Amino acid sequence: MLKGKITFITGASRGIGLASARVFAAMGSTVIMAARNRQHLDIAVNAIISDLPEAILFPLVCDVADEKSVKSAFQTIFREFRQLDVLLANAGVLDDALIGMVTSEQIQKVFSINTFGVLFCSQYASRLMARKGSGSIILVASIIGSNGNVGQAVYGGSKAAVIGVTKSLAKELAPQNIRVNALAPGFIDTDMAHSLSDEKFADRIASIKMGRIGSPEEVANAALFLASDLSSYITGQIIGVDGGMLI
Amino acid sequence: MSNEERIVKVFSESLGIDAKMVKGELKYNTIPEWDSIGHMALITALELEFDVMLDTDDIIDMSSVTKAKEILGKYDVDFL
Repeated sequence: MLKGKITFITGASRGIGLASARVFAAMGSTVIMAARNRQHLDIAVNAIISDLPEAILFPLVCDVADEKSVKSAFQTIFREFRQLDVLLANAGVLDDALIGMVTSEQIQKVFSINTFGVLFCSQYASRLMARKGSGSIILVASIIGSNGNVGQAVYGGSKAAVIGVTKSLAKELAPQNIRVNALAPGFIDTDMAHSLSDEKFADRIASIKMGRIGSPEEVANAALFLASDLSSYITGQIIGVDGGMLI
Repeated sequence: MSNEERIVKVFSESLGIDAKMVKGELKYNTIPEWDSIGHMALITALELEFDVMLDTDDIIDMSSVTKAKEILGKYDVDFL
């Protein structure tokens, strides 16, 4: 489905990013896997290779919150591949607090990774895609970005911004045949979900109509759809992957 | 084809203007064809023609044909 395509995934060492790298590689894409920690990245690459020896993976240390790091990553992509077909901007952090207890450092950190990182990556990715006259940019938003939640003003704000970025870029880049969509995962079985208290975890499960947590692979499959030509006429959409979650 | 001829061709084709208009003093936003949308098309065409990837600051600074040559010089594209 993605044979010959070059995909760049941020936050690729675990969770949704890792699952997506595995799914995309299995579908024939060369996958550039980016994360901040080299050791975690190597573990992730080895895990995929052990299951999929034919996978073509390219680990790249990149901190999406640092524009220079993003620029350097895309210079490497340009040097090595000369093209980019798919961006999956997945890197994100969760740092919850009631509004009265939010620090400026929390705001800075969450927006730097969740929002600014998405903008930096989209900026460089769209330019590489424009050279070829096609591409798919997939941004990872969140159900919290569209619905909000107690204690998540900062996270929700950062993800709501991603939705605005998606809709604006979709309009701006459509003439170059670059599609831009976002995924809005609900409660997904990642380290982020397991950072919640038992009580909050149970509350979240109770709010899901399908009665279970989602798997990273289920989000990765939605990303695969948006990356592939199966979604060739879809742009500017926010696709919920949430099992009927109500917040 | 010399780099001088190549840059004239890129400006002319990507902006849709006569090659005779591509002079050093031609500046961004002084003709309808070289607006922000034309500018990004120009950048893509320059990057393809000279096989470079420009920094964002250089894209913003590329305010004239002369400036474009100066910026491309930083990427080892020389204009004699």
